[in-house]
Amino acid sequence: MDTTRFIAKHVVNLPRSGIRDFFEVVSKMQDVISLGIGEPDFDTPWHIREAAIYALEKGKTHYTSNLGLIELRRAINRYVEKNFGIGYRPEDEILVTVGVSEALDIAFRALVNPGDKVMFHQPCYVSYHPSITLTHGVAVPVPTYAKDNFALTAGALVAAWQPGCKLLMLNLPCNPTGGTCDRAQVEAIAKFAVEKDLLVLSDEIYSELTFEGEHVSIASLPGMKERTIFLHGFSKAFAMTGWRIGYACGPATLIEAMMKVHQYSMMCASIISQEGAIEALQRGEDGMKAMREQYQRRRDFIVRRFNEIGLKCHLPRGSFYAFPCVEKTGLKETDFAVGLLQAEHVAMVPGTAFGANGAGFCRACFATGYDQLIEAADRIERHVQKLVAKR
Amino acid sequence: MNPLIKLLLEGGGLSTAQMAQVLNLSEVEVNRQLDQLKKDRLLLGWRPVLNLAEEDAGIVHAVIEVRITPERGGGFNRLAERISRFDEVESCYLMSGGYDLLVFVNGSSLQKVAGFVTEKLSTLEGVLSTATHFLLRTYKEQGFLLDVKAGENDRLKVTP
Repeated sequence: MDTTRFIAKHVVNLPRSGIRDFFEVVSKMQDVISLGIGEPDFDTPWHIREAAIYALEKGKTHYTSNLGLIELRRAINRYVEKNFGIGYRPEDEILVTVGVSEALDIAFRALVNPGDKVMFHQPCYVSYHPSITLTHGVAVPVPTYAKDNFALTAGALVAAWQPGCKLLMLNLPCNPTGGTCDRAQVEAIAKFAVEKDLLVLSDEIYSELTFEGEHVSIASLPGMKERTIFLHGFSKAFAMTGWRIGYACGPATLIEAMMKVHQYSMMCASIISQEGAIEALQRGEDGMKAMREQYQRRRDFIVRRFNEIGLKCHLPRGSFYAFPCVEKTGLKETDFAVGLLQAEHVAMVPGTAFGANGAGFCRACFATGYDQLIEAADRIERHVQKLVAKR
Repeated sequence: MNPLIKLLLEGGGLSTAQMAQVLNLSEVEVNRQLDQLKKDRLLLGWRPVLNLAEEDAGIVHAVIEVRITPERGGGFNRLAERISRFDEVESCYLMSGGYDLLVFVNGSSLQKVAGFVTEKLSTLEGVLSTATHFLLRTYKEQGFLLDVKAGENDRLKVTP
């Protein structure tokens, strides 16, 4: 029986993630040095794991409030106020979610009417475009460029804007480019959002991994808190990817709308992860800073090596991704990545997995050990030399 | 802190060639800096961290609490330094609390360690008392957990 006819049309038409395709190839190979991973190589710091174990021992095995444990929401308020300069009421302006991924999904489901247009910068995280499509919204990608170190510019926003745009999705610092915006650039984006009356969804999952200068949250700018949903989580800063825990902060009416979707789909985030998250916020800062320092040294190394090899690479100011340009090899990014994998067993993710504007680039995650990074760089160098000699 | 020291403290066990690559220095420069750190007595030396349960069957490790009499002008230093010079002594620390020195001692047998304590350590002028504790089992050695298998890594190879 042909069961595909039962599948909803918009899901049939939804492309599989390019990451997924690449994963299938890589997972069948041995001895691969993977720079294709999108998570920290550190395990979650022990004190956080221990807090979760203790929670289990104490019988914390039940549902929590739909919004999340009030202790966690209070801790989130203190953390966001201290580090981002924005205060949110724990009672009705904070919603604990199953990672930022769920927060994004329920935000789109709560906010997007069929045909509403959502602007987002691209290259970007793989789920933005499909999440918009799944809610019958219209995706309006805004390109970011290597010449701007992949910062989102107000000029690009103005050029991409169309009548009917309702939301603006931001991810600064950005996966996969590591690009981010300085204060003036964020102010320009805020001005644009006000002029066009857009609600901003700001995914700031990589904010703690900002290596130079300050991280400026758009929600902290005058007049922006009321038109921004601030999305954050624990995966990257506290090395808690597998815990699936994040949160959304914003105006009470919008959080209430998201909570309705959340309560009928997810009910609540895992209580064990919530208990771990409280510990992370209360005592995780030193461990987080130590990890950031190590990422920075690795970034400096791998970016320097890419440029030595001739794969021009801007210095990513945040995240743990380098985004080198592979055009010099004469190959498209996917052909380059597949060739590199087959010839030298090094995995990088083709930039087009993150949208059409990623063409010509590959993403290299440097959250891996030095010996692996050194060896990977040597292998990439050998491969690029061969390709260039062939041209 | 010196970037080279930070890298060493990460404990990756990198070769000087690898450290040179990571720090964007020549290997000659890395070696020069290491020599300088040794001259400055900041870097005292290199030793492997071994899983002693696997490697040196028969070696006995003891921790000794030592109470000593401080001296006018020198405090605890002269006697502590004198105790530290014995080959059997692995580490020696001045402590706050119920005793003065905490001394880590290695010996090839229980008798050897006992002999060191009774004949050498406790007979020193100024040593008031000793309390010897033998190590039974190691769970963590200098930052390394002992029950973790090498190369354990179940991260997916490609993730978004």
